[in-house]
Amino acid sequence: MSITYLDAIREAQAKALADDPRVFIYGQDVGAFGGAFKATKNLAQQFPGRVIDAPISEDAMLGLAVGAAIEGMRPIIEIQFADFSTVGFNQIVNQAATLHWRTRVPCPITVRLPGGGTSGSGPFHSQSMEALYAHYPGLIVMTPATVEDAYSMLLEAVALDDPVIFCEHKYLYYHLKAEKLPTEAMPVGKARIARPGRDMTIVAYSAMVHEALEVAEELASERFEIEVVDLRSVKPLDTDTVMASVARTGRLLCVGEAFPWGGVTAEVIARVASEGFGLLDAPPQRLNAKDTPVPYHPNLWAAHRPTAHSIAAAARRLLHL
Amino acid sequence: MLLARILDEKFASLYRMGKIHGGVFIGRGQEALSVAIGLALRKGDVFAPLIRDTAGRLAFGEPVLDAVRTYLGSPLGPMRARDGNVHRGRPKDGLYVMISHLGAMIAVVNGALLAHRFKGIGGTVGVACIGDGATSTGAFHEALNQAAIEKLPLVLVVANNYYAYSTPNERQFACRSLTDRAIGYGAQGHSVDGTDLGACLKVIGEAVNLARGGAGPQLVVGRLLRLCGHGEHDDAGYVDPKLKASPVGRDCLKVAEEQLLGQSWANAETLATWRSEAAQKVEETVAKVQREPGPDPYKEDWCALASKHLAEGHHEAA
Repeated sequence: MSITYLDAIREAQAKALADDPRVFIYGQDVGAFGGAFKATKNLAQQFPGRVIDAPISEDAMLGLAVGAAIEGMRPIIEIQFADFSTVGFNQIVNQAATLHWRTRVPCPITVRLPGGGTSGSGPFHSQSMEALYAHYPGLIVMTPATVEDAYSMLLEAVALDDPVIFCEHKYLYYHLKAEKLPTEAMPVGKARIARPGRDMTIVAYSAMVHEALEVAEELASERFEIEVVDLRSVKPLDTDTVMASVARTGRLLCVGEAFPWGGVTAEVIARVASEGFGLLDAPPQRLNAKDTPVPYHPNLWAAHRPTAHSIAAAARRLLHL
Repeated sequence: MLLARILDEKFASLYRMGKIHGGVFIGRGQEALSVAIGLALRKGDVFAPLIRDTAGRLAFGEPVLDAVRTYLGSPLGPMRARDGNVHRGRPKDGLYVMISHLGAMIAVVNGALLAHRFKGIGGTVGVACIGDGATSTGAFHEALNQAAIEKLPLVLVVANNYYAYSTPNERQFACRSLTDRAIGYGAQGHSVDGTDLGACLKVIGEAVNLARGGAGPQLVVGRLLRLCGHGEHDDAGYVDPKLKASPVGRDCLKVAEEQLLGQSWANAETLATWRSEAAQKVEETVAKVQREPGPDPYKEDWCALASKHLAEGHHEAA
């Protein structure tokens, strides 16, 4: 039996619904239809009345989630594409993220954002939104890169008393498979050494972890040992694990699929430069998507975001600095 | 109503004395509509007031002490000086805390009502208050539509005071009447003279009863004039004098007093006693809160998360 990243997300929601009567799912087409990506397939039938179709109203969907959370529920909101969360941005960053700090009432909502690029999806169905939400106090931002993490982190997201932005990568939905679902997991807030090495650290998250691992494999044939750190969650950001890795390797390349200005890679590099400058043998480098909207055509799209090819080129340059 | 007027006037006076940080927003002229909401609601209901709802808040059960502590920035208040002025409440007691983005609280009330349905709590109602300006927002549209789809017991009260800050109705909407909007959403519409306490009690009471009885969302539009600026910094020089002189410019408090006297439910002496009792309560509370120390930044945990173990350390120069 093999389980995809998408199956893991569905199974985690099924378990959350089965284990906790406070959980419900609200989103566009999530009911009988099972969701645009089938992440809620059969859940409406299995859990009658608890998987609810929403109108195309992201602001009202997220506002409703906050009100339900105040009254003790634990809603999971599926935003059909991460890009559309901008319509509900106000409710996330001003309502949900400030509630506990202002009133001491927790706001346990999980906002599922299917994001990241897939070929042919274009400017409005491809965006990576993690940096935008990580900027705001009061939010937790998860970016699982593996089937196991997709499952365990989603369950943890539902269990946490804070609003969680759960960035699930659409490219990984069908591409990534595991043999079984995990029974134990690393806690959120801890990064993972996805591959150990001693010559250079590549810090990545979400789909870019797999591009980085491909590069590490390629460079192994050139006798370089690349350490790949999977951040798992970008907020909280596990600076200690990153710093410990850079202490071992002396070189840092940080890779993200989001737009280049500011963002996760900039944050990682700022922290390493200010707190671990002495650990570095070469200037820390970063690689992001280009500073344009995400293009539609596969030729352009493949050149817009980092790939194993462009990451390998950046890694070779850094190894020889 | 009387207590709200006196409390609001005290806040305005403290503002002019420089004793309040930030703005002061009062409900002068809107007390009748507001108080009718607080009186129609029960324990277990949900109320999301807006900036001119001192009267509704007090009638719903907000202690004067909470209001004063929030305006004066006392850490002992419900907002602990983290938020101020009209941004106050106790969500666990059903009094929701507004954010500044207009229309944003309506969907939050919807969520509370849906949660009540999930939990099998029947017979509760949620009221969200907005002004004429908020009816132009996407949040208003999305949330009223959502409430109608889910047939939620929402009462959405619009205080149409003819100006959103300085913008008159004709620059805000082009429909004949805001009440007409209700039918377009599948909600029931009501309109009321917001200067007439008796009418407000009746119409708001009916709308709340309809929602409580399962008739779905109700939209109530009250016509009135705010007899003050948008905030105490604003002299409201843009308000049309003809509107002020028209029936909509009546002071609802005076109207209510005349109604009481006319019906012989109270005499002048009783009104004077009520007034002095309310003033005394406000003065005593302000005096108490003014003796309370302000917030200490060194005692703040500076953590926005409920999950304290996930708080990030500071990665900036100390």
